[in-house]
Amino acid sequence: MPEVSYYPGCSLEATARDYAESIEGVAKALDLELRELEDWNCCGATAAHSLDHRAALNLAARNLALAMEGPSPLVVPCALCYNRLASARHELMADGSLIIDEIRSLGADYASVEVMELNEYLTTPGMMALAQHKASQDLSGLKAVCYYGCQGQRPPRVTGKTDYENPRGLDRLLAALGVEVMDWPFKTDCCGASHSVARPDLVHALVARLYDRALQQGANCIVTGCQMCQANLDMYQQQIARQMGREVYLPVLYFTEVMGLALGLDQTPRWLGRHLVSPRGLLEGAGLPRQYWERL
Amino acid sequence: MSRTQPQPEAAPALPPPGEALRPEGRWLAEVEASSGVKAGACYGCKKCSNGCPLTFAMDLHPYQAVRLLQLGQMERLESSATVWICASCQTCLTRCPNQVDLPRLMDWLKERLHGRGEEVGEKDIRLFHELFLKGVAKRGRVFEGELMGSYMLRTGGAFGPEAMANARLGLTMLRKGRLKLLPARTRESRWRRALFKKRRGGSHA
Repeated sequence: MPEVSYYPGCSLEATARDYAESIEGVAKALDLELRELEDWNCCGATAAHSLDHRAALNLAARNLALAMEGPSPLVVPCALCYNRLASARHELMADGSLIIDEIRSLGADYASVEVMELNEYLTTPGMMALAQHKASQDLSGLKAVCYYGCQGQRPPRVTGKTDYENPRGLDRLLAALGVEVMDWPFKTDCCGASHSVARPDLVHALVARLYDRALQQGANCIVTGCQMCQANLDMYQQQIARQMGREVYLPVLYFTEVMGLALGLDQTPRWLGRHLVSPRGLLEGAGLPRQYWERL
Repeated sequence: MSRTQPQPEAAPALPPPGEALRPEGRWLAEVEASSGVKAGACYGCKKCSNGCPLTFAMDLHPYQAVRLLQLGQMERLESSATVWICASCQTCLTRCPNQVDLPRLMDWLKERLHGRGEEVGEKDIRLFHELFLKGVAKRGRVFEGELMGSYMLRTGGAFGPEAMANARLGLTMLRKGRLKLLPARTRESRWRRALFKKRRGGSHA
C-alpha cells in the first residue's frame, strides 16, 4: 500500500470540505494511505507573504519540519499551500537565517522534503493506471476543460515543472477515465483568488473570461485541482453570468470527484451536493445512473 | 459597478504630463540589497505586462513599476494601486528573460508600507491580510468564519447594501455543510508566541 505524508490546509476543514471528503474517498479506493502531518499549521497563504516575509518562511518551515519524519513525498491538495511550502523550501535551502529557534529545532533539512501537489501525485503513471484499471462508470457525456490555476505551476524554478505553460496531467487522467477533454488556453490563468474578499470585482472579471472561453470550447463542466479556483468559479456563477449578460451553467468539479464518479464510489453525491452550482443537470444529461444525481 | 468590467488597456503615460522626472540613483541598489530582487536587470521587454492578467485594474503596468524603481521614484511606486492589485500569480516572473522577481518586489513594497502603518490605496486588501495573519498568530490555523465576520464588521459588509447577499451566501454555505462552527488550533503554541511577539521597530526588518 503506497503511503504519503499529507498536508490538508485550513480551507479543507471548512469551505472545501467536499474536496477533503473526495480525497479521502478516492485514496481509500486506491489503497493509498494519507498520513496527515501531526499538528500542522496554516501555510500563511497570501497574507503572510504580502505583509510579513519572515512569518511566511517560518510558517512553511514548521510544516516542512513536521514532514521530515514521515513518508515521502509530502502531498498537498491546495495549490496555494503547495506554492507556499515549495517556495519556502526553495528559499530555505539557500538561507535559513530567518527561522526562529523554536522551529529550527524541529529539523532543518529542508532539501529532504519533496513537496508535491495532489493532482501531480495522482497523475503519476502508476496511480493513473490504477485509477483507470478500477474505473467502471461511463463518463463520455462529460465535456470538461481542466483548470489548473496558477499556484501549482509557477514559478518553475520553485515547482520544478516543465509543462508549466500547458500542463497535461489532469487532461490525461480524465481522458483515461473516459471523459471528453477539451483543450483550452486558460489552463493556468489566475482566477484572482486572494482578492475574492476585498476586491471581488477583480475576481469576477477574471472568472468571466474563463467561463466565456470554456463555453466557446464546448465544455459542459470545469474540472479543477485547487479549492480556491473551485470556490471562485462555483460560488458566484449566477451573479457573474448576470454581469456577462448571458446564461452560464458550468458545474465546477474537483478532479477527485470525477474520479469518484468513474470508480463508482457511493459517497460521490454527498461531495457533489455541497456545490453551489448543482451538477444534477450535468450528470443527468450525461446519462449517469440516477443514484448519482437524484438527491443533488 | 463600473470597475467590474475590464477597461481598454491604455498604458499610463510616464512621466505624468507637465512633470519632470528627477532620477534618484540610490534607491535601486538599496531595494535590490534588501529585497533580493535584481530589478536593475530589467531591459523593458514588457513580457511581464503582456502576460499579467490584472493590468486592467492597475495604475502602473508591471514593467513601469520596475522602471520607476530604476529611476528611484519611490513615492510614485509606493502610492500605486499596482503594488496591492498584483495577485502573485507568478506569470511575470515565469516569463521574464532576466528573472526579475516582480511578485517578490510587490511583497517587499507591501511589507514596507504596512510596517510604516500609513494609509494605503487599497486599504481593504491590506485589512484582509492583516486580519488573516492575526488569526494565524492566535491559533496557528485560519478560522474562516471569524475572518469573514470580522472583515465584514470592519468594512460595512455586515450592514451595508451587500449585507443581505452576504447573509444569504453564509446561510447557503452553512446548509451545504461548508462552514465550520468551531475553530481549530495547533496544540503546540510556543512557536506561535515566539514568531508573532511584538518586535522592536515593527514587523519590517
